[in-house]
Amino acid sequence: MKPVERGRRNRHAGSFRIELLPYSLWSLLFIVVPLFFVAYYAFTNNSFGFTTENITKFFTATSQVDGAEVHTYLLIFARSLKLAVISTVICFILGYPIAYIMATAGEKAQKIMLVLIMIPMWMNFLIRTYAWMTILQDTGILNSLLGFIGLGPLHIIGTETAVIIGMVYDYLPYMVLPVYSIMAKMDYKLIEAARDLGCNNFAVLKRVIFPLSLPGVLSGITMVLIPSISTFYISQKLGSGKFFLIGDAIEGQFVANNLHFAAAIAFILMIVLLICMAIMKHFTNKAVYGGGRK
Amino acid sequence: MKTASRIFTVIFFIFLFAPIAILLIFSFNTTKSLSVFSGFSFKWYSELFNDAQTLISVKNTLILATLAMLISTVMGTAASVGIVKLRRSWYRRYMDTVTDIPMTNPDIITGISLMLMFVFAGRIFGRNTSLDFGTLLIAHITFCLPYVILQVLPKLQQMDAALPEAAQDLGCTPLRAFFKVTLPEISPGIITGAIMAFTMSLDDFVISYFTSGNGFQTLPVRIYNMTKKTVTPKMYALATITFFVILALLIFTNLSDNNKDGGKRR
Repeated sequence: MKPVERGRRNRHAGSFRIELLPYSLWSLLFIVVPLFFVAYYAFTNNSFGFTTENITKFFTATSQVDGAEVHTYLLIFARSLKLAVISTVICFILGYPIAYIMATAGEKAQKIMLVLIMIPMWMNFLIRTYAWMTILQDTGILNSLLGFIGLGPLHIIGTETAVIIGMVYDYLPYMVLPVYSIMAKMDYKLIEAARDLGCNNFAVLKRVIFPLSLPGVLSGITMVLIPSISTFYISQKLGSGKFFLIGDAIEGQFVANNLHFAAAIAFILMIVLLICMAIMKHFTNKAVYGGGRK
Repeated sequence: MKTASRIFTVIFFIFLFAPIAILLIFSFNTTKSLSVFSGFSFKWYSELFNDAQTLISVKNTLILATLAMLISTVMGTAASVGIVKLRRSWYRRYMDTVTDIPMTNPDIITGISLMLMFVFAGRIFGRNTSLDFGTLLIAHITFCLPYVILQVLPKLQQMDAALPEAAQDLGCTPLRAFFKVTLPEISPGIITGAIMAFTMSLDDFVISYFTSGNGFQTLPVRIYNMTKKTVTPKMYALATITFFVILALLIFTNLSDNNKDGGKRR
């Protein structure tokens, strides 16, 4: 190490940063330690003796569904994952074009659309979800409208479709906003240049716009995927059955005061999400930074 | 292409506002029905204003959000000032990771993890219910902090680090240099962070649900308990009022933004 560097280092490392102290303690006590409590509860029984029972219960518990024996929690987990992925894909399909339309609109139109996207976010999501429940009911507004134009009543409430509609509706702004904020800063001369060099609209989208907007897309995906995989209110109102999604399972165990099993489910969810995030991060680094250097 | 995108935009916003429109319309209904409009009345509004428990929960939510905002803004700003001076080291990496955790973890895990710790601590101190206003406030400060830090830190990084140093060379104490030089420079970030913390706290349901006891109910938790049974359109009246408050705030802030821009252009 060069002496100059060393001196610089010492100046910063040596001085005690009092302003950092409260947050350091706070984050240790209320962010890091609670996560260890999840693991601690997951691996203990009611008298706080070590056990792997809670974890094995998650993987082996079975129940009867339509006469067939299924793995209760594995089925719920798979369903959560499936619905969250479908919702995220739909959010992308709906949200990406809107973000592009917003970013390329005039300044005034951009502002208005931004406000329109943000208004629903600030209204309580419980009430908004509840509104969907009344819309989708068998005797709800949607079915009376459909009946008006001569289409038979659809049974939507209580199905996976209803839960997907709820998730897409609640989390759509989380997809639009990050993509929009990246696209609004994009250099539109690049698009003109691509056109001048002979790209058609699709090629411009594929080779210029999409790669540039990728960081926004990836943060949009995480911001939709994570809340939809762990929700319990949407599935309680729009889904059917007692434990529909993984969030319901955690909440149900919490209400029943089975804190150790609730912790075990939360622990497994956390591990799965950590693995997903690591894969995503790897993918982001490769796509965003690796691609640029080539 | 242009018409296609216009049609898409219109359909998109209809989807986004359909449930809200239904809430607004049926909050003025005379009956409980949400599909048949039988007459105009303010019945549900007067019922809302006579519902003492809901009004208390509104007050609780505002008190909690204000306290969480103030504490997290002060602590988060101080932390940012410290973090920006940390060079590449394990401490810096720890800070970045720890600030990321509440943002990327699902709310349900943040809520459960804090609840487990509070319950455990309660057992040690031999109390039956350890969840109360204090635990709720701790939880809210915890999930608000990253939003403040993520707004303030970039402003500090953009600022010329030589400025506060110059102030100190000219005889300011470090604290005075901070208030005279650094603070005015980073105040837009602090204000945005504070507003975000306030709205996050106002809006939170999941974490409050797990960390609040029976004694102190916030509005979202109250709404949750109400929607467990059949809901009276009181809730729609409440949603309608929220909608117009937000609309007024947004129009107000946009207008003042425009004035600022106008001033700059001149």
